[in-house]
Amino acid sequence: MSDPSPNHPAPAEDAESEPRPGRVRKPIGWSTIIIAVLVAVSAALVWRRDGTDGVLDILTHDLSLFSGILPRVLAGCLLGAFISEILPHEKVSRSLGPKSGLMGLLIGTAFGAILPGGPFTAYPVASALLAVGADFGATIAMVVSWTLIGYGRAVAWEIPIMGTDFTLWRILISLPLPVLAGALGRFVYVRLYPKPLAKDDEN
Amino acid sequence: MSAALLIDILLWGSVIGVGLIAFRRGRPVFVASLREGSMDFINIAPRIALGVIGSGYIAAIIPQEVITGWLGPDSGWLGVASAVVAGAATPGGPVIGFSIGTVALKSGGGVPQVVAYVVAWALFAFQRVILWEIPFMPARFVWFRCAVSVPFPFVAAAIAMVIGKP
Repeated sequence: MSDPSPNHPAPAEDAESEPRPGRVRKPIGWSTIIIAVLVAVSAALVWRRDGTDGVLDILTHDLSLFSGILPRVLAGCLLGAFISEILPHEKVSRSLGPKSGLMGLLIGTAFGAILPGGPFTAYPVASALLAVGADFGATIAMVVSWTLIGYGRAVAWEIPIMGTDFTLWRILISLPLPVLAGALGRFVYVRLYPKPLAKDDEN
Repeated sequence: MSAALLIDILLWGSVIGVGLIAFRRGRPVFVASLREGSMDFINIAPRIALGVIGSGYIAAIIPQEVITGWLGPDSGWLGVASAVVAGAATPGGPVIGFSIGTVALKSGGGVPQVVAYVVAWALFAFQRVILWEIPFMPARFVWFRCAVSVPFPFVAAAIAMVIGKP
């Protein structure tokens, strides 16, 4: 499901194991440029409203936030890399691939719900799953499950702020959504990209 | 504090756990994945820096009263639709998202609307999508996931309307 990368520098040590589909990393993409422009415009607006002090206030606060997050980002990246290395490719594509059916969506949902950590864990791990043969449907189920019914955010933020009753009730309502989102994703994906090799852009 | 500590312990515990499994597959596997993970980290860190530091500025220029105002009380499906837009547009982290939800609940916002708001915020708060999700995942997957997620805040609101209040 992930883009094939002919220019991925495969490590020589991988020779004895089966070649692992690499993940494409572009240092600077369009998304990065758009974000940079958005941030620059916002910072300019803050500067016009609050002056240099306002800009520096936000900068120092967010720099300390960033230094606190950085070790967790490292942990997330290592987790993703280890998982993509130790998960057998054909087994993942069997249990989470396009043909895995409802069971694949349920596995993705359960996996997202029990995954510890924040975005710094969930996204690298989801990216690793895509790289080792999970399809869009199962990965969507995992990401949506992590964000909607994962216990991490609920325990750390939602229960203290919104209260236990609302949180539990909201999670109960959200229970079917990851599976439905994964099923819809699969349903649309198959129609949008009938064959993996077909290049019919419909927009 | 203790919740953050617990998350760190779980996180690094998982890293050590899967790292040990990789190590038992042989040193080359372990070293290769260690290098792969470090390269990912080096590639992603600048983008996370841009995101985390930049998000403060984006949050600073979007007034929160605007978003709370959109969550009008007992506004039916129109209210649900504006809750979805408000959820997607809410800047900042979980503290801001859930606080706005609480404020909306306390100031008489409809429960299905607030559920739609929280679910929409969880599914596609634009800041988390562009600052966290896109750096880590293939952009095509991220846009596709957001597109198929659009109906689900409405589904959640519908379920909330059917089963009633907490």
